[in-house]
Amino acid sequence: MTSLPAITTVAYLVASILFILALKGLSSPATARKGNLLGIIGMFIAVGITLVQPEVQAYGRIALFAAIGGIVGGIVAKKVPMTAMPETVGLFNSFVGLAAALVSLGAFHKGGHTGTIGSIEIFLGVVIGMVTWTGSVIAFLKLNGRVSGAPITWPGRHALNMLMGIAALALGAWFVVTHEAMPLYLTVVVAGLFGILWIIAIGGADMPVVISILNSYSGWASVATGFIIGNDLLIITGSLVGASGFILSIIMGRGMNRSISSVLMGGFGEGDLEAGDAANIQAQAAARGVNIGDVEVAAELMRGSREIIIIPGYGLAVAQAQHPVRELTERLEAEGVRVRFAIHPVAGRMPGHMNVLLAEANIPYDQVLEMDSINSDFPETDVTLVLGANDIVNTDALDLPSSPIYGMPILDAYKSRTVMVVKRSLNPGFSGIDNPLFYRENTMMVFGDAREIVDAMVKELKGAAVA
Amino acid sequence: MEEFLSHLTVFVLACFVGWQVIWKVTPALHTPLMSVSNAISGIILVGAMIAGGEALLDLPGKLGMVAIAFAAINVVGGFWVTQRMLGMFRKR
Repeated sequence: MTSLPAITTVAYLVASILFILALKGLSSPATARKGNLLGIIGMFIAVGITLVQPEVQAYGRIALFAAIGGIVGGIVAKKVPMTAMPETVGLFNSFVGLAAALVSLGAFHKGGHTGTIGSIEIFLGVVIGMVTWTGSVIAFLKLNGRVSGAPITWPGRHALNMLMGIAALALGAWFVVTHEAMPLYLTVVVAGLFGILWIIAIGGADMPVVISILNSYSGWASVATGFIIGNDLLIITGSLVGASGFILSIIMGRGMNRSISSVLMGGFGEGDLEAGDAANIQAQAAARGVNIGDVEVAAELMRGSREIIIIPGYGLAVAQAQHPVRELTERLEAEGVRVRFAIHPVAGRMPGHMNVLLAEANIPYDQVLEMDSINSDFPETDVTLVLGANDIVNTDALDLPSSPIYGMPILDAYKSRTVMVVKRSLNPGFSGIDNPLFYRENTMMVFGDAREIVDAMVKELKGAAVA
Repeated sequence: MEEFLSHLTVFVLACFVGWQVIWKVTPALHTPLMSVSNAISGIILVGAMIAGGEALLDLPGKLGMVAIAFAAINVVGGFWVTQRMLGMFRKR
């Protein structure tokens, strides 16, 4: 709160620059690891210089609690499977929110922050911190399936949210005028409740936007605490994170052709409807004029192809099919087929989800292409294999103006000579929308679990290679 | 007020820097971007140390200690999982 000695200011500046370089490194996979190391160095510098500040005295306690957190973080980082990255990021977002709320409350109890600006800062720190915390906890629970992915809505929801917003503003005014604990702790309750009710109403398919927004909020929460304790390093770092999450939510919103505000209003999507017994699925599909293919036919067709594009979706992550897919790719390449992957910006449950899964399965990143760079290649593609994806290849987005996803950019799978869709049933995906791609003449549906089907395809190709 | 304005200046400039840098991140690395941003938001550790690190263990001190533990999860967990993830990205 007083002006810092020059050495501290310089150290904080260096740390800020190292964090910026860490983010800059992510412009290419080749420089990303080095960037991450620079970030780690920046964190060491920042924590090191803070330890020699006069107000930091309780070394024993600080070391103990930092060690507890560090060990927990290390265990999480070492053990978490890549399929669980979305909920892990959700959990990490929540911790920043909680820490920000605690630091803001601590600063309030320490006193000396009674001016109007100081009070507003504390109020904002508490509000953003609490919403980030409870909202992220719900997002975490939804992403790992402990709370239903379907939007949970109720009548009068928007009115209630509005009421909570008004209540928060009133509490803020009360707090700024009186500097009492009562309105501040009521704010804790209202903001925390709001975070829960807000995120619980948003459907699973909208999670890429939600997790990006909460990531952004965690940054703004750090900014607020930076203002409270008068620390530029927190302000700079928080702004970087806030901008990052904000930009990701813009990119995700564009990928779905939805405004961010419509996503945040919630209530979109029907939840996971995929289920049903095999006989029923086949009968239903046949009745609707769907071409049903079996694994042998599919494998034979792929073997005779020259160009194959694989489109992975959330179903790939759920079925843990990334490793069999790598095997399939290698088999096909051994037969002289060129195999590439097409990634839609909102495939999966978080930005970049599919890229990480494919990387985990050892699929080289130069074989994995973004929508814009591969979409023009579909007409020259023999087989497009759609694995656990639905909305991102739904042609209604192109030609049915009444469809809720009309206008969303899609991967042009339908333009390839043959489309193979591996899916558990004909039921619509998370958005609850039917997909005309499934009924096209050049489409072949292969019903089953993505992992089992791909495994069977690999076996079939192996058999053919031996014979 | 003067102090507030100087922090506000830093804030606005940092937002511009963030805006410029993040748009250059390749979409393939958006998940590591999120996990590394989790790690660097662990910088709130510094705030928790300053706000709750005095010798006397009063209420702000206790709140600060809990905040330190959670921030440390993010710092260690975030950087580590990012490094692990980035190690998986390889060229043909």
